[in-house]
Amino acid sequence: MLRWLIGGGREPQGLAEKSPLQTIGEEQTQNPYTELLVLKAHHDIVRFLVQLDDYRFASAGDDGIVVVWNAQTGEKLLELNGHTQKITAIITLPSLEACEEKNQLILTASADRTVIISLNPEPSEIAMVTKGPVWDCDTGRQVQKVSCFQSTVKCLAVLRRLDVWLSGGNDLCMWNRKLDLLCKTSHLSDTGKKSSLWLSVRFYSMNWISALIEIPKNCVVAAVGKELIIFRLVAPTEGSLGWDILEVKRLLDHQDNILSLVNVNGKLIVYLFIYYVKFCTYIHDLCLDLSFVTGSHVGELIIWDILDWTVQACEHNFWDPSPQLDTQQEIKLCQKPNDVSIHHFTWDEENIFVAVGRGLYVYNLQMKRVIACQKTAHDSSVLHVAKLPNRYDIGSPWCFLSLICSSDRQLISCSEDGSVRIWELREKQQLAAEPVPTGVYLCSERVNKQASHPVKKQQENAILFSLELIGDLIGHSSSVEMFLYFEDHGLVTCSADHLIILWKNGERESGLRSLKLFQKLEENGDLYLAV
Amino acid sequence: MISAPDVVAFTKEDEYEEEPYNEPALPEEYSVPLFPFASQGANPWSKLSGAKFSRDFILISEFSEQVGPQPLLTIPNDTKVFGTFDLNYFSLRIMSVDYQASFVGHPPGSAYPKLNFVEDSKVVLGDSKEGAFAYVHHLTLYDLEARGFVRPFCMAYISADQHKIMQQFQELSAEFSKASECLKTGNRKAFAGELEKKLKDLDYTRTVLHMETEIQKKANDKGFYSSQAIEKANELASVEKSIIEHQDLLKQIRSYPRRKSKGSDLCSRETEYTQDRPSQAATTSDPEESADTDRYTCRPAYTPKLIKAKSTKCFDKKLKTLEELCDTDYFTQTLAQLSHIERMFRGDLCYLLTSQIDRALLKQQHVTNFLFEDFAEADDRAVVRQESAPAEPSQDRPPSRSLEKCPIPQVLISMGSYRSSVESVLIKMEQELGDEEYKEVEGTESGSFDPQDNLDCLDMDMKGSISSGESIEVLGTEKATSVLSKSDSLGSLTVPLSPQVVRSKAVSHRTISEDSIEVLSTCPSEALIPDDFKASYPSAINEEESYADDGKGAIHFQVGTSPPEPGEAEEGSVENTPLQTDASCCIGKETGGPQGPLSSPALTLSDEEGVVSTPPQRSRQKDQGFHVDFAMENSNLSSRDHSSEGFPAYELDPSHLLASQDDSKTSLDDYSDSTSCVSSVASTSSDRMPSSAHPTGPSSERHKKRAGQNALKFIRQYPFAHPAIYSLLSGRTLVVLGEEEAMVRKLVTALSIFVPNYGCCAKPVKHWVSSPLHISDFQKWKLIGLQRAVSPAGTGALHALSRYSRYTSVLDLDRKTLRCPLYRGTLVPRLADRRTHIRRGSTYYMHVQSVLAQLCAKAFLYTFCHHLHLPTRGREAEAAAASRQASFLQLSLGLVNEDVKVVQYLAELLRLHYTQEHPGAIQPTLRFDYVPSFLYKI
Repeated sequence: MLRWLIGGGREPQGLAEKSPLQTIGEEQTQNPYTELLVLKAHHDIVRFLVQLDDYRFASAGDDGIVVVWNAQTGEKLLELNGHTQKITAIITLPSLEACEEKNQLILTASADRTVIISLNPEPSEIAMVTKGPVWDCDTGRQVQKVSCFQSTVKCLAVLRRLDVWLSGGNDLCMWNRKLDLLCKTSHLSDTGKKSSLWLSVRFYSMNWISALIEIPKNCVVAAVGKELIIFRLVAPTEGSLGWDILEVKRLLDHQDNILSLVNVNGKLIVYLFIYYVKFCTYIHDLCLDLSFVTGSHVGELIIWDILDWTVQACEHNFWDPSPQLDTQQEIKLCQKPNDVSIHHFTWDEENIFVAVGRGLYVYNLQMKRVIACQKTAHDSSVLHVAKLPNRYDIGSPWCFLSLICSSDRQLISCSEDGSVRIWELREKQQLAAEPVPTGVYLCSERVNKQASHPVKKQQENAILFSLELIGDLIGHSSSVEMFLYFEDHGLVTCSADHLIILWKNGERESGLRSLKLFQKLEENGDLYLAV
Repeated sequence: MISAPDVVAFTKEDEYEEEPYNEPALPEEYSVPLFPFASQGANPWSKLSGAKFSRDFILISEFSEQVGPQPLLTIPNDTKVFGTFDLNYFSLRIMSVDYQASFVGHPPGSAYPKLNFVEDSKVVLGDSKEGAFAYVHHLTLYDLEARGFVRPFCMAYISADQHKIMQQFQELSAEFSKASECLKTGNRKAFAGELEKKLKDLDYTRTVLHMETEIQKKANDKGFYSSQAIEKANELASVEKSIIEHQDLLKQIRSYPRRKSKGSDLCSRETEYTQDRPSQAATTSDPEESADTDRYTCRPAYTPKLIKAKSTKCFDKKLKTLEELCDTDYFTQTLAQLSHIERMFRGDLCYLLTSQIDRALLKQQHVTNFLFEDFAEADDRAVVRQESAPAEPSQDRPPSRSLEKCPIPQVLISMGSYRSSVESVLIKMEQELGDEEYKEVEGTESGSFDPQDNLDCLDMDMKGSISSGESIEVLGTEKATSVLSKSDSLGSLTVPLSPQVVRSKAVSHRTISEDSIEVLSTCPSEALIPDDFKASYPSAINEEESYADDGKGAIHFQVGTSPPEPGEAEEGSVENTPLQTDASCCIGKETGGPQGPLSSPALTLSDEEGVVSTPPQRSRQKDQGFHVDFAMENSNLSSRDHSSEGFPAYELDPSHLLASQDDSKTSLDDYSDSTSCVSSVASTSSDRMPSSAHPTGPSSERHKKRAGQNALKFIRQYPFAHPAIYSLLSGRTLVVLGEEEAMVRKLVTALSIFVPNYGCCAKPVKHWVSSPLHISDFQKWKLIGLQRAVSPAGTGALHALSRYSRYTSVLDLDRKTLRCPLYRGTLVPRLADRRTHIRRGSTYYMHVQSVLAQLCAKAFLYTFCHHLHLPTRGREAEAAAASRQASFLQLSLGLVNEDVKVVQYLAELLRLHYTQEHPGAIQPTLRFDYVPSFLYKI
C-alpha cells in the first residue's frame, strides 16, 4: 500500500486498478451510475462546472469558452465565446428576487484580464447597458466585458446581500450588477508595511488574492499567500458617498500558502490559482459556532471563529510526522508537498471532509479530530470532494429519519488519476484492525497495519467510522478536474481530456424514457388501455 | 464450457480462411440418385431445366416494317443467359400478339393524319414447347419515317416459370410500364424534334418553290401556265398540305401531356415538362404553337434541307434505331430500369414471393424493424415512409413520386383508375354481364343455359386444342372493359378478389397442353379509361371531335389492319394448323363469328361498348389478322373468366392440381391488394434511382451471404461464441483484437449481423481502428476491430482497453481468448448453435434474421406493455413495477438469466427510437452493468 510512497514517482494516470489499497471489482452493486453520456464541446482542459439551476450547468475551461448544458439530456444549450485565454474563475450572479426576469448572469474571469458577464439563457433577456458592451453575435446573447484589470482576476465572489460582486487578483475590486466599479483596494503589495515582509517571499504571485469568501458583518476574507486578510466593505451612507473597502485584520496562522477557503452557505466560492489557493470555508450552521475553515498547502486545516477571527481548532497533523516517525520520513514528505496539501474540502453539519493529497479525511467538528480516513483513496491527488446530500433532507416528511440514515452518507471524490470514486461513511461495527486515523498513523516503512493499533486504542469512547469504496466511475482518460452533483440527473464530471461526462442512474433513466414513450403514445392517440 | 476435444477439430488456423466445411462423402448405399439436370447447375425445383435458357431475361423486339419481327436486345446482354433459345422465333411469337390497335392515318372526317396515343398492352404468353413463358409489353413509338408514323416494339420478360409470370404480373406490369413510359416520353420528345426539323425543311422547300414559281411566272407572262408551272404549283400545294399535316401532328404530339400524362412516368424531365405544360395550356388555350415553339425552338439551329417532291420509298432506307428513336438519356434510363427489373425478378418465384411478403411485413413493423434490418433496406423504407404519407389521401392513384410534384388536379383524376382495384371491380360487374352473355352465346350454340355446362364445354374445347397440336389460344384477358368514366370513383373500393387469381386459374387450364403458344392473359388496363379506348379506336385524338360513324370506321379499320400481312403470313407459316382450326378451337369464335353483330348490340351497356362494338366490323373480315381475333376472343374470354368468378376454384377446374396453392395465393393476393398502395409505392421507391441504387442490391446480397458464412464459421470455431454474441446483443461493445487486418475485418463483418442498430443509419460497427479507444468510442460503436500493434501506440491502445474493460468484451483473435461476462441464457444457443445443420451462409443469415425478429417481437411487447411500466395505482413503489417487469420477462416471455438483459437493451433502443423527434439526432447513452468478466480460452 505504500509502494508508491516509498518508490517515489507518481504512478502513471489511469491505473486505478493497480492501486493495492482500494479497488473495487467489476461488481459494484451499490453503484447507481450505469449510464453515461459523453459531452464534447471543449477543446482544452475543462476546469470548472457550475450549476445554473435544476437542470442546467455551465462548463468552462482553458479554451476560454463557456458552454451551457442540459443535464437531463446532455444537450448543448449554448456556447459563450468571448475570452481569448483560459478561464480562471466562473460564478453565477443570481437574479434579484425583485426582478421578474429569471435571468441569471454568468461571470467569468479569464487570463486575458477580462471579466465577462453573460446573460444566461432564459428566453427573455434584458439588455444591459454599460460601458463597452460587447455583443456576441454567435449566440445572440449580450455579453459585457470589463477589461480594466491590471492583472488576471483569480477569484470572484458575490455578496448577495449587498448585491455586489468582488473580483480578486492583484487587488480587490467591488462591482455592482451594472458593472460599475464601486471601489478598489490599492495594490495589495502596497498595503501596509507588513506587506514588505511577505513581498520578499519567494513568489511574487503571493500577492494575489487566491480565495475570497464572505463572512458576517459585511466582511470578506481574502487569502493572500500565507495570510488571511479580512476586509470590511462599507456601504455608502449619508456621510460618505462611495463604497469603501477597509482592511481590518491580517491573520498569519498558516505556515504555508493557503489552498482552500470554503464557504458553507451552500455556494462554493471558488477558484483560483492552482498552486496556492483553493478554498476558504465559512461554516455557519445551527449547531456550531460560527466559524470558517481554511486549509493550506502543508495540510493544515484551521477552523476560525468567524466573529472574532480567532483560531478555533487546528488540524495540521494530517501529515504531520508523528513522534514515532523519524526525521527522514519528514523530509520525504516535505519533498512531496502534493501529497500533503489540502486540495479541497467540504463539510456537513458534523464533519469536514478533506482531500489531502491522495487521501480523504473526515474531521469531526465536535470531537475536533479526524474520525475516518482513506489514505490512498486515489492514485494521485484528489482534486475535488463532495458529499452527497442525505437522502432525506430536512423539510421532507422523512426528516426524522435523517438521524437514522446519517450513516448513509456518501462522498464522491475525483482525482488526477482520471477516476471518480464513491465512498460511504459507515459506522464501524467493531474495533477491527483497520486504520483509525488520527494522522498519527502514517506512511511509515512499516507497512503493517497493525502498527497503528496502539494508537487507535487511545480513542476508546469515540464512534468509529470508515470510508468504504462503493463504486468507481471510469471514463476520463485524464485528470478529473471537478464534478457536479445533480439530485435528479446524476453526476457531471469534467476533465483534462476535454470531455464532460454525464453519469446517470440507468434504471431511473430507463423508467423516465418509458414514461416518455407512453406519453408520446398517448399524444399520438395510440395508447389503448386494456379493459 | 465446451471441452477441448470438441473444439480441436475447428481450431486449425487455416481453416478459418477456407470455404465452408466439407462433409465426408456419403456411403454409396445412402446416396440419392442425382437430379438429372444437376449438370446444368439447376436444383430439382427449378423449372428452368426444360428450357433452353439458363435464367430469366428481358427481350426487346421490334416489328420492323422491313424485316418483320426481330429481336433487338436482351437484358442481361449475355449470350450465355439465353443460350440456344431462339430469339428470332420468340420475337415473332410475341410480336404476333399485339393488341394495340395502333393506327395512324387519315381518319374519316379528318383531312389530316391523326396520331393515336395508344396505351401499351400487356400480355402473358406461353410457349410450352420452348419452355418459355413471357410477360409481353407492347408499345408503340413514333417515327416520322416509319409507315403510319409508328414503330411497334415490345419488351418481354421471359421466364421458364409460368407461375412466376402470372403471380408477378402486377409487379411486372408496373415495372415495365415505367420503362415503357420512359421510352415513350423520350420518343415524344424526339418525335417532336423530328417534326420540327421536318417542318423547317418543308418551309424551306415552300419558299424555294415559291421563288421558282415566281421566277417562272415572270419568265412567261403569257397568261397561261406551262405544264412545268402546273407541276410546280401542284408540288407547292402538296408541300403546303404536308406542312399543315405536320403542324397538326406536332400539335398533337405536344398536346399529349396535357391529356394523358398520368404522372406515372418516371422521367423527371417529363415531370418538369408536364409542369410547364398546364400553365402554358392555361394561358394559351388554342394557339399553343407559339408557346410551344419557343419551348422547342431553343435548340441548336437547324439548317433546313430541300425536300424532294417524291418521297423515297422506304425499303432501302435505314430505319432509326431504338436509341435514335428516343433520346439517348431516356434510352439509357430505360435500360437501367430494365436491368433493374431483371434483377428484381431474378430468382425463384417462392423466393420472390417470400421477399415481397417479407418486405411488406417489415414495413408494417416500423417500430422495431430498424433494429436488425439492413441499412439499404432501411433506407428504402425511409423513402417509403416519406412517400406513403402524401400518397394516402387518394388511395387509388398509382404511386409515383412525380405525382407529388404534379400540381394538376385533372391529371390526378385521370389517374384515379388505378389498375388493380379497377380491374377487380370490373370483375365483379362482369360476373353478371358475363353470365348474360353466356346465356346468349350458348343459347345459340349449344342450347345449354347452364353456366356450369358452359364451362365443361370450354374445357372440352381446350382439350381439343391439345390435339390440334399447335394453336394459339387466348385464355383470358381483362381488357373487356372500359367501364369507368373519368369521374368514377369505383376504383377506390377495396378489392375482394384479385385478378391474379383469375389469371392463375386460367393458367391451370392450360397446363396439359403442349406445343402451343398460349396467350394466357392480357391486361391492357388502359382500355378501362374511355379516353384511352377512344384513342386506340381509329379516331382522332381530340376528344371534342365527333366520332366517325361505324361504317367509315370500318373502312379505315380495314385499311389500318391490312398492312400486317407479312406478319400474318409468317405466323401462318409457323402454324401447322390452318387458321380455320385455330378459330374453331378458339372459344371466342362463336361470338366472334355470326353472333357478333347480334350479341354485341344486345350487350351494349355503355361500358361494354368500347370492346364489343368493334367485332361486327372485324367479323366481316375475319381473316384479317390475328390480333383482331385475339382482341375479340379476349373480350369473350375475359367475360368467361369473370363469370366463373362466382364458382369456387375446384368446381371451375377440377383438373387442376393447385387448388390448395390457389387458396394460399388468394390470401396472399388479398393481402397484397390490401397493401397494394404501400407495396407499389415501395416498388417505385426502390426504382427511384435506378442507376445508383441498384448496384448495391446483389452486392448486399452477397455481403449477407458472406457475413452469414463467416458467422457460421465463427460459431463453429469458437466455443465461446455465445458470450460474445450475447455481448453484442446486450449492447456491450465487443472489441475484436488482432494483428491482421483482413481477418479482423472479416470477423467484424460477420459478427455485425448480431449488432442491433440505433436507428435508420448505419450499424454501430467500426471495422478497423488502430488508435487507442476512448470512452466516446464505446458510446458510438458496439463492435470494433482493433489493431494489435507492438508499437508504443499499440500498447497505449491495449492499455486503454484494459482501463475501459468494464465497458467492453474483448475477443483476442491472435490468442483466441475472449474476456466478457458470463452468459447462461437460452436465446443465443438457438441463434448460434455450434452443431447446426445449416451449411450455407445465406441460410444462416436468414436463420439469424428470423430469431432476431422473434427477439424484436419480445422486446416490442416488453416495451409497449403499459401495465409493466406505469404504476397501476396512483402511488406504487418502484419495486412493485420492477417485480412486475421481471415476472413478465421471465414468465410471459420465457427469458432466463442474461436473456433478460438482451430484451431490456433492445427495449431501451426501441424507446429511444420511438421518442426521438429526429431519428439519429441524439446518440444513445452508453449503458453498462457492473458485472464481472471472465476469460474464455479455447
